[in-house]
Amino acid sequence: MAGVHISTTINGDMVEFACPQDETLLNSLRDRVGLTGVKEGCGTGDCGACSVTLDGRLVCSCLVLSAEVNGRNITTVEGMSEEGKLHPLQEKFIEHAALQCGICTPGFLVAAKVLLEDNPKPSEEEIRYALAGNLCRCTGYDKIVRAVQAAGKEMRKKRR
Amino acid sequence: MGHDTKFTNQEFKLVGTRPARPDGVDKVTGRARYGADISAPGQLVGLVLRSPYAHAKIKKIDISKAEKLKGVKAVITDADLPDNTKGNRDLLDILENCMARGRALYDGHAVAAVAAIDDQTARKALKLIKVSYEKLPHVTDVDEALKDGAPIIQDFVVDPRTKKNSNLCKLTTLGHGDIDAGFAEADYIVEQSFKTEQTHQGYIEPHACLATLGPDGAGELWVTTQGPFAFRSTCAELLGLDISKLKVTSSEIGGGFGGKTHVWVEPLALALSRKANRPVKMVMSRDEVFRASGPTSSTSIDVKMGVKKDGTITAAHAVLRYHNGAFPGFWGMLGAMTSFACYDIKNIKPVGYDVLVNRPKVAAYRAPSAPMAAFAIESTVDMLAHKIGMKPIDLRIKNAAKEGSRASYGPTYGPIGIGPTLDAAKNHPHMRAKLKKNQGRGMACGFWFNFGGQTCVDLNIGTDGSVNLIVGTVDVGGSRASLSLIAAEELGIAYEQVKTNIGDTASLGHNDMTDGSRGTFSSGMATIFAARNAIEVLKERASKMMDVPLEAIVWENGTAKAIGKGHSNMAPLSLKEIAAAAPKTGGPIAGHKEVVADNAGVSFASHICDVEVDPETGSTRVIRYTVIQDAGKAIHPDYVEGQFQGGAAQGIGWALNEESIYDKNGILQNPGFLDYRIPVCSDLPFIDTQILEIPNPNHPYGVRGVGETSIVPPLAAIGNAVSNAVGVRMSHIPMSPMRILKALDDA
Repeated sequence: MAGVHISTTINGDMVEFACPQDETLLNSLRDRVGLTGVKEGCGTGDCGACSVTLDGRLVCSCLVLSAEVNGRNITTVEGMSEEGKLHPLQEKFIEHAALQCGICTPGFLVAAKVLLEDNPKPSEEEIRYALAGNLCRCTGYDKIVRAVQAAGKEMRKKRR
Repeated sequence: MGHDTKFTNQEFKLVGTRPARPDGVDKVTGRARYGADISAPGQLVGLVLRSPYAHAKIKKIDISKAEKLKGVKAVITDADLPDNTKGNRDLLDILENCMARGRALYDGHAVAAVAAIDDQTARKALKLIKVSYEKLPHVTDVDEALKDGAPIIQDFVVDPRTKKNSNLCKLTTLGHGDIDAGFAEADYIVEQSFKTEQTHQGYIEPHACLATLGPDGAGELWVTTQGPFAFRSTCAELLGLDISKLKVTSSEIGGGFGGKTHVWVEPLALALSRKANRPVKMVMSRDEVFRASGPTSSTSIDVKMGVKKDGTITAAHAVLRYHNGAFPGFWGMLGAMTSFACYDIKNIKPVGYDVLVNRPKVAAYRAPSAPMAAFAIESTVDMLAHKIGMKPIDLRIKNAAKEGSRASYGPTYGPIGIGPTLDAAKNHPHMRAKLKKNQGRGMACGFWFNFGGQTCVDLNIGTDGSVNLIVGTVDVGGSRASLSLIAAEELGIAYEQVKTNIGDTASLGHNDMTDGSRGTFSSGMATIFAARNAIEVLKERASKMMDVPLEAIVWENGTAKAIGKGHSNMAPLSLKEIAAAAPKTGGPIAGHKEVVADNAGVSFASHICDVEVDPETGSTRVIRYTVIQDAGKAIHPDYVEGQFQGGAAQGIGWALNEESIYDKNGILQNPGFLDYRIPVCSDLPFIDTQILEIPNPNHPYGVRGVGETSIVPPLAAIGNAVSNAVGVRMSHIPMSPMRILKALDDA
């Protein structure tokens, strides 16, 4: 199968790679760019472990073909901390023990960041529905919701 | 060095606090490496061809075309996995479950495997393998499999009663007293049948490994597992390798819940690597995970219990039929053992049936077999309470097991937590909260044995005074934080001074798996003694440095202090100071301990649940949930609560949604997260927890395992809540909308 050449921005950096036409963004990110923080839980868009943003929009990278991302802007969990500092969501996930095994954590962080940028003061219900596309099998979501609430509070404080 | 594991009621400075876990930053930044996250130079992609039939004879496998495809480096079938098991049938079952040997026993059973230069080539190669099957009659239902004339799955299995070839592979009769006499004493007798469906552990990370095996018989396996040492011995035995020549490294594990205590693709990856002489990476797809790994038993359970008007349960009888998949196990036995464990009943007789069906080999899932038994028994207990007009919680309190009670599975209990969890439930504000229309409240109790097992740890002190604790139990949910707390507590240093790492099989002695809720219990015990062992070394060094006899040195608050006449003015030496001098006082300072951590304290929980059922659609929402469980001692309460909440959430999914559906051809219809629906964030409320601490007398800190019991009560608690909400006894799990509507129609 003929390959495609992709030139894209990932976590602020220009990245180029070549891949088969039918390769998913998930596989390119993991196997060609080396961003293994993007996880595969299902490959069918049901678990959210591979969540990334594409031009600011939350997507399952297993449902996007790399051929579609030429010239576009991608962020992953690896791009969340800035200047060596953890993002408030990352801090609060640790502080609230919002992860056990941690495999779903990158996807939750990316999805929660999109939520809080869009809606700085979400209700519990809004948080639960915004994160309903991300499966966690360890925590029962309790501490995840609390961590997102705490991070939202922290981010609102910083904005003031 | 000897050790005394007795509970000592020592005072803690750090144990019981909630510091950040040492692997937290790795896991929120994407740095943590799981099963599929590493690669090796020259690695191949391994894929498996699986049976499309539930039961079939494999007449011929033609791999010639696949082998000739450019880029294919190895193709294997059962011919490449000779039987090295030396008559060990259990091991041969594991081998045959990894790769079919002349017959396919379930939909998804592995038939052949390939290793190729990339995924696309490997997929093409799978299509070029030609398998000639002869379909055989199949059976997937546990009750059908026990009927006369049912297709027989294993010809070596005989009914223990008739000695005839059968699907009944094990019959376990337990109990004490005389149930006939007990039922004669009863004022009321309740009999009810229950069914539960097959579920899956549903870990988000699929099975994945990277295997290297050379012609010299030496190999390495990087794998997502709950037990690298067990994987090492199993793989070595299956492939005829020396155990010490295979190094197994556990990756970070993306959930296991018992499902990663068993090997599936790992022996195949090693066999492919041996054949190709290249590293082979294998990652299961989600479809493969559902079709070929994991599942729990489906069950069919009949319960009969008798009660006096005053609430004394006089007799209890249960017949518990558990499907085992296509290979013999002991899941029905575990169901029978746990069934009546919460109660002190004079006359009991639980009987466990282990039954073969054409489904994947059943694997452990968090307190394996206990949730289904608890569903049946705890539902019946509620029915008894209604019969005599007593509150279900009061009936439970009246009959609860206590210290000195004889457990249904044999032993006599020491101090246990079932009574205290029930008292706490009775006093919990949740019990008094008002319910609205279409809402119902239910409660249930649960039990799990817990397990200790073999463990060893190393504790190395750096010359800067920082401490590296190496343990062999995989961290499935925060145990590194708990073990660091324990090491710091014993040494008298800051939590941040300790870093706990998980060792590979080449750097520590054998450790049993992280199962049976044993991680923090057993490694914690070994850590206590390894730290005390290191303290002895530190004291010896201090004695040299201070020129004071060893007997005059005591260890206090992380320092060596000289006591006695003439020493009172001597400044104590800190761990840091002693560590810095180590090169000159005798070399590295370390502590080590290996234990068989016997007497893991049994664990009990009581759960309370409120649901709201939509009578139009049959859809059910859990609106409030409370977990009360005895932890013995919560080392890091955040992660204890996490275990309580996670187990409850899995139980909620099991109770309301989760079900593997096999069609009339024995083919799994829902091998994906879309149709096998585990709870999502918007399905659940916050899950309240209450940790009780009734010390385990056989652990220095009183620790009991906490990981599993939390999945035991939810099926019954929700079953009782739904039954109370709709006014009809629910007896079939999951209580999907369709089943609830049918129960309402039938009533």
